[in-house]
Amino acid sequence: MSEALKVPKQAARQYPKPPEGSWTEHYSELDTDPVSYESSISPKFFELEREAIFKRAWLNVGRVEQLRRKGSYFTRELAVAKASLIIVRGMDDEIRAFHNVCRHRGNKLVWSEDPRVETSGSCRQFACKYHGWRYELDGKLSFVLQEGEFFGIDKSRYGLVSVHCAVWKGFIFVNLAEQPAQSLREYLGPMITAIDYPFEKLTQRYYYRGDIRSNWKVFLDAFQEFYHPPILHGRQNPVMRQADYRDKGFYTSHFQIDGPHRVGSTSGGAGGKLVPEFYNPIEQVMRSGLFGPWDASEIVTGQLPPGLNPGKKKNWGLDSFQIFPNFAIVFWETGWYLTYHYWPVAHDRLIFEANAYFTPPRNVRERLAQQLGIATIKEYALEDCGTLEATQMGLESRVVSTFPLGDQEFMCRHLNRVVHNWVEDYQRKQAEGR
Amino acid sequence: MMGAARLPAEFSDLERFVHDWCLDGEPQRYAKRLASTMDEIQEFYDAIMPRAEEAIRYLEKFPIDDLPDDALRLLKLLYSLIVISFPVEIWRQPQIPDTHLAQFELKIEPLP
Repeated sequence: MSEALKVPKQAARQYPKPPEGSWTEHYSELDTDPVSYESSISPKFFELEREAIFKRAWLNVGRVEQLRRKGSYFTRELAVAKASLIIVRGMDDEIRAFHNVCRHRGNKLVWSEDPRVETSGSCRQFACKYHGWRYELDGKLSFVLQEGEFFGIDKSRYGLVSVHCAVWKGFIFVNLAEQPAQSLREYLGPMITAIDYPFEKLTQRYYYRGDIRSNWKVFLDAFQEFYHPPILHGRQNPVMRQADYRDKGFYTSHFQIDGPHRVGSTSGGAGGKLVPEFYNPIEQVMRSGLFGPWDASEIVTGQLPPGLNPGKKKNWGLDSFQIFPNFAIVFWETGWYLTYHYWPVAHDRLIFEANAYFTPPRNVRERLAQQLGIATIKEYALEDCGTLEATQMGLESRVVSTFPLGDQEFMCRHLNRVVHNWVEDYQRKQAEGR
Repeated sequence: MMGAARLPAEFSDLERFVHDWCLDGEPQRYAKRLASTMDEIQEFYDAIMPRAEEAIRYLEKFPIDDLPDDALRLLKLLYSLIVISFPVEIWRQPQIPDTHLAQFELKIEPLP
């Protein structure tokens, strides 16, 4: 039995918790004990995560808009699975995924200039740079140079090795398991598949990428709690500079979990509602800032798209949906969304990707509001990047082995639990020889 | 130097910033921010910030995908204003504090 929380009266009224007294205790699969981060500093645990998580879970690798025409393709380098994938739209408009490996002698099939760098383009078939073997867009081997020199080769047995691939709402997912335990929709579950957002209308895309020296979970944790912003990002935002935030902190208004996935929702923050002193001068000119453009896009005029604001809170500002293991979608009050991907490279390194999607701007004013929004993301993200490399170093010193997580860090605790569940499940099945 | 005007006539007072701050993409603008002194950044900010609202109103008249060259240059100066507003309004230095080794780069951005 853990000790009850002591939430100040006003916050308790404004941000009510479940009947159990806390979000953490509301979910019986979670405890309230201090948490070990050994799983974020151990190379051995990272090897387990490769097999137990990243070769078994559905992973988002992009959106259908990246494959506009028949024959459009892109490659993904998934260091965590030691795999390179080709994602391609076939002549039948079907989207497929293949291992990016020529069946002849194992050369990487599609790459340009540097085989370690992802590429994209459009073609009618794939031809290996080494000996010219060719493959159809559906993976079939179609041409072998000097075929008569081979000892009875059956081309139908040498197609590209396919990878399970499925699309939800335009998001392309792959699963590296031989036979995924669940279909993509089953895996995403009711909380995620309830989201019916017009993603296809938000085609104005910005893509950021960073190479960061921290464990993927240590990094992800900063993007799934709102406990740190008033402190780490406190200088950037006049609202957060107020004594109110710095001393009293920030409360998330709703948490929810569904299987391995989770969501946190906060109150509104899109600008224009507070007195001008609460905004930086540039924000007042461009009518935009941390929460993106102040003026709502067509996406949210009228009713909020289904699945958003699952806690049905008044003064809703954003939902941060965390789709296990390494994908997040953040929906904002004024009708735009962000995705984050956390791609592990080693136990102490990740590739961090952020994509921002807006409706195409109708004029320069809307264009500039979007531009300030994405510029602000960078100022905040760089503060996170710098600090989380420092956190990784602190953890790796191993002077402290367990760490207290508050109720505001509910989602961090849940991720930690799910990761251990998946690894333990994998180990159990290995031991049973399954 | 009084060469051919590169900005709309109403904004000729900003001509002197075109060479340094009219840049094609966010990576170039961010690199320029980091390579500039606070004096240089402040001078540009002080000149363009009071003209920003007027510039937006001027640019709003054009279809966004069909801006005349001089208007497009003006828009690029506003993009640079966004990038250097943070050092001026928040950090008092070109670089965000505590981020010397961190990297987070914009790889794809829309045109114009």
